[in-house]
Amino acid sequence: MAGVAGSPALAEQGKNLPPNVPEWMKAPGDPMGSQPYGTPSAYEKGVVKNISKALPQYISASGRTPLQELDGIITPNGLFYERHHGGVPTIDPAEHRLMLHGMVDRPLVFTMEDIRRFPSQSRIHFLECSGNPVYTKPYGKTASDLVGLLSCAEWTGVPLKTVLDEAGLQAGAKWIVAEGADAAALTRSIPIEKCLDDAMLVYSQNGERLRPQQGYPLRLLLPGFEGNMNVKWLRRLKVTAEPAYSREETSKYTDPMPDGTSREFTFYMEAKSIITRPSGGQKLTTHGFHQITGIAWSGHGKIKSVEISLDEGKSWQQAELQEPVLTRALTRFRLPWHWDGTPVVIQSRAIDETGYVQPTLAELVKVRGLNSFYHNNAIWPWRIDANGEVTNAQA
Amino acid sequence: MPRRNLKAAFLVGAIAMLAAAAQAEDRFGIGRPATPAEIAGWNIDIGRDGSNLPPGSGSAERGRAVFAEQCATCHGDNGQGGVGDRLVGGQGTLASPKPIRTVGSYWPYAPTLFDYIRRAMPQNAPQSLSNEDVYAVSAYILSLNGVVPANAVLNAKSLAAVKMPNRDGFVSDPRPDVHNH
Repeated sequence: MAGVAGSPALAEQGKNLPPNVPEWMKAPGDPMGSQPYGTPSAYEKGVVKNISKALPQYISASGRTPLQELDGIITPNGLFYERHHGGVPTIDPAEHRLMLHGMVDRPLVFTMEDIRRFPSQSRIHFLECSGNPVYTKPYGKTASDLVGLLSCAEWTGVPLKTVLDEAGLQAGAKWIVAEGADAAALTRSIPIEKCLDDAMLVYSQNGERLRPQQGYPLRLLLPGFEGNMNVKWLRRLKVTAEPAYSREETSKYTDPMPDGTSREFTFYMEAKSIITRPSGGQKLTTHGFHQITGIAWSGHGKIKSVEISLDEGKSWQQAELQEPVLTRALTRFRLPWHWDGTPVVIQSRAIDETGYVQPTLAELVKVRGLNSFYHNNAIWPWRIDANGEVTNAQA
Repeated sequence: MPRRNLKAAFLVGAIAMLAAAAQAEDRFGIGRPATPAEIAGWNIDIGRDGSNLPPGSGSAERGRAVFAEQCATCHGDNGQGGVGDRLVGGQGTLASPKPIRTVGSYWPYAPTLFDYIRRAMPQNAPQSLSNEDVYAVSAYILSLNGVVPANAVLNAKSLAAVKMPNRDGFVSDPRPDVHNH
């Protein structure tokens, strides 16, 4: 889609192109073992996390997944979005412990070896920061700028319920306060219903152990709940009758409303989608066939359908969904399209299995105002001009 | 003891053992008991009602010195903010087009201030302040916001008794609240 002008391969015009035999066939390549842990091609070095150069500080900060560069639904571990509140700790798994206490019959301490002895499960789920993006301008230029605090992986671990059964929940247990072993000792309160439903204690991501940025050696995973609650570097679970009302769930991660009140305990990430190709920052270099593709997701379950508009939202048509369509996972959608060179605005909207339809930014702002900060799941339209340049139609 | 009673006693014992074994089989027997000392060392959570606040106290006056040394670099000399969050002011702005959310204007519970400062601040050395200094700097920040007097001395009881201005400013989640038409 984007042109290849500037590629080093063009330095000597046509040398590696037919009918010539390319250079890389005329000598052996790198030997086995030159990369004990594989990394992407040197030609993909631009595909990295989208980290603002203007961050006020890097200890409590976020880095975004370059969504517009990726295919499928699985985010490579090295490109998974990051958000941390006290830096990324370096934890020796041999010295990491999970303590489970509070309203349980048997308060317990687990080693990582203990955790891995429990019967394991693997499931594919998205994870998304609730401030993705905020409601105020300036709106981002690329899909990553807008909703790059979003990723999806196959997670392996033990259902939290299994571990809670080991300790024995007492009557009146309503919440579990989870704490991380980072310098923020970050704490969030999780309703017990979620803990007994699909919550997991996770130690592996996409087949390998969690990366430090993702909570190595152990994190909480609460499918469909805002990212901040999925506590990383998990070291403690306290079963309680009421929430902790921690700083992170009172002064942060509460959603301010125009009337001066704020919504608290806003857990679910509502249905959302975005076209990742063509998307902001890209350029259509030819008229003719182009595939429109993107991702959709919902914290409330499966994506039922994705609709695409090619006329500024006047009419909508069904996109094709790539199987498997999984609960609380990214779903890839596609639509074949011919571009005749006419300027156009393209956009997608997700509909989830509850029947909920992704709203427009105007509809959200009408109810929540511009200062609500969290849980903005607006449609993001892209404008394609006569030159094929793609920009944020809402900017 | 008559032989029949012995037999009965044996049966009762055997049934009890079987029942215990059955209960244990529901579990995996993974993990070891957490001791009260271990739990006490790690459980530094302070309830919104002040539960689990430690002994000790600190004055806003002492807090001014702690703040200047430990906090001002990021939060500004008077808590006006900088690299770190603004901590002071903003009362009455939450319903305006430019709401300013600070400890004084936004935080619903004063004990949370102790909890957060102790566990996470200062960012370069969390859990390094004494409990007395955490009380002191909490008192200072609250005094800058006019929530407690400049000569306040706070301890477990008095910190729990502080009523924050935005105590009743939070509502439960009404979503789905926005519908696509």
